[in-house]
Amino acid sequence: MSVQTKVVSRNTTRILGSRSLLLPGLVVGVVVLVGGVLWSITLGAADITPDTVYAALFNFDSTSFQHLIIQTVRLPRVLTGVIVGASLAVAGAIMQGLTRNPLADSGILGINSGASFAVVMGVFLLGNPPLSLYAILAFIGAGLASGLVYMLGAMGRGGATPLKLTLAGVILSAFISSFTTAILIGDQETLDKIRFWTAGSLAGRDMALLTQTAPYMLAGLAGAFFISRQITTISLGEDVAKGLGQQTGWVKVLAAVVVVMLAGGAVSLAGPIGFVGLVVPHVVRFMVGVDYRWVVPYSAVLGGILVTVADVGARVIIRPQELPVGVVMAIVGAPFFIWLARWKVKR
Amino acid sequence: MASESHAHSVRGTWVTIRPRWGRFSYRFDKRVPLVALGIVIFTLVTLVVSISYGEYDIPPLEVVRTIFNVNQDHADYANYRLVVHTFRLPRITLAFLVGMTLAVSGAIMQGITRNPLADPYLLGVSGGASLAAVTVIVWLRITTAGLLPWAAFAGALITAGAIYGLAWKRGSSTPIRLILIGIALESVIGAVTTVMLLFGNINDVQQAYVWLTGSVYGRNWEHVQVLGAWLIVFMPMATLMGRELNTMGLGDDAAKGLGQRVERQRGLLMVVSVALAAGAVAVAGTIGFVGLVAPHVTRRLVGPSHEGLLPVSALFGGALLVLADLIGRWAIAPSELPVGVVTAMIGAPYFIYLLYRNRNR
Repeated sequence: MSVQTKVVSRNTTRILGSRSLLLPGLVVGVVVLVGGVLWSITLGAADITPDTVYAALFNFDSTSFQHLIIQTVRLPRVLTGVIVGASLAVAGAIMQGLTRNPLADSGILGINSGASFAVVMGVFLLGNPPLSLYAILAFIGAGLASGLVYMLGAMGRGGATPLKLTLAGVILSAFISSFTTAILIGDQETLDKIRFWTAGSLAGRDMALLTQTAPYMLAGLAGAFFISRQITTISLGEDVAKGLGQQTGWVKVLAAVVVVMLAGGAVSLAGPIGFVGLVVPHVVRFMVGVDYRWVVPYSAVLGGILVTVADVGARVIIRPQELPVGVVMAIVGAPFFIWLARWKVKR
Repeated sequence: MASESHAHSVRGTWVTIRPRWGRFSYRFDKRVPLVALGIVIFTLVTLVVSISYGEYDIPPLEVVRTIFNVNQDHADYANYRLVVHTFRLPRITLAFLVGMTLAVSGAIMQGITRNPLADPYLLGVSGGASLAAVTVIVWLRITTAGLLPWAAFAGALITAGAIYGLAWKRGSSTPIRLILIGIALESVIGAVTTVMLLFGNINDVQQAYVWLTGSVYGRNWEHVQVLGAWLIVFMPMATLMGRELNTMGLGDDAAKGLGQRVERQRGLLMVVSVALAAGAVAVAGTIGFVGLVAPHVTRRLVGPSHEGLLPVSALFGGALLVLADLIGRWAIAPSELPVGVVTAMIGAPYFIYLLYRNRNR
């Protein structure tokens, strides 16, 4: 298993070959992200000019209808997209480093299955809970499931080895999902209400929801950056990390907490969105190599860009209806990723 | 995984079959026959219980006698015969075959990718089959049984072929490229499937969900025959290639050093694994968990050498599915849980127990 991530690093040449390109590259990424955010705000059922967007952001006029749309509908939505994308990508990067498995993302910790189960139970029992309750249920479900996975994976000597953690995660996720499926197969009404949520979407997310969850995710992002050095070391293998004097047990616990804050927050805001957490870290490693001090910020920026752009597509492609953002992301992002994998993986 | 296998092989003791004629040798752990016998007995008992249980109960002894048609003078023989031979025996036999198929397919996939997360569906088999099935159920709205298995089968093979083809470059498809391209292609296919499930008629969507979970409800002898024929071709192939898998487990470089034509063998094994999984999916939907977990559990029981591992995980997978099917019919009777739901419900706790017991390994 560990062989495979190493193979990626050994047999690929970085796109940003020289270290001196890394910082400028990140700056460019941030500029693209901001540009994407502004572009996204101008698009929608009513197109709004960039001037008006600028005025609405810095010179808010509460009597203007367009300003109101921007402040209450479009801005919260696009910001939600950015933070969800950033969080999922970083969480995925950490999980891939921690488990040294290229197939890993935050789903391995049981976050998606826990959140889905909690939300489906909520809808099944309560009928029609408000979106904010979805968020709370999802976060609790994600937290409980990942705690359980970590406990199971960390049993015994050696603590949370990649193999044990991965197996515990897959097993427990499958276990929890089987109950979710049982409910959905048995109760058509719940299935009908929940199917949009389970596809993942940013529709109707308001500022209150965002401000309630974003602090955890921002803290998670900061935490990820803080432990990025240690993740680099641990991604070389547990023995190497220990040999270098690292207290691997603590790093793994911290990393898991960070992942829960990031991915738990993301799933509570937008439902279980796939693709970004799995694919962005790979793309980033193709660009900057395996140093997590760069992988983490690049993942955050690239994840943000991907979700923002995909959400524009989600809103525009079949207007006035919407596609789930995860669907657009996969359809747009996958061909690029396939090309990248063919081009960059030499052996 | 590699370190784990070393630990086992030191302790294991072996039985080797190497006849004087021909260039043939088959070596397996001496625990293999015993474990296999245990699983077979367990399966047979479960099978009898499962046939005897249902809305129309049949005493276990009569079940056995009906299977062998030796109770024709029994007053209820006509009913017994109908229930046993037409309804219950075929679906339970199919459950066993599907479990076997998925377990072997998963064991091969884990072997060639050296990734414990690999399962029969790694190469897009479930994604492709799901898309095809959801298209048939939700979009085309065809409910007659005939088309669905073939569509699923074709979807599975086409997707797997596409992933292998896209990962092919300069004469090889490395595991890592296969995995990455598999992720990407599966995401696209999953996305299209999601759209159909989102905008489809809710009744069709629910039906599609049952298929996606995997079920052997209402399957008949025809399904058994088709999958059985498929198995007769590919199962011996898989087992005979066990030693190639052992060599491959050492890593590409070591395997080449030992004279293995890695690329060719890997391609061949992948074909076998995908063909098996596609066959299972076609008749029973995308049942999860079995293919992932049966090889892991079996490795604990008989060690990692594939010559023993493949047949024993086949039996284990079959047994698991027969048991899961029984529980699915019993749990919320008179309604029924799809077998795919139950595999995880019962398989997971056992696997967690194993994880706990082996926590210090």
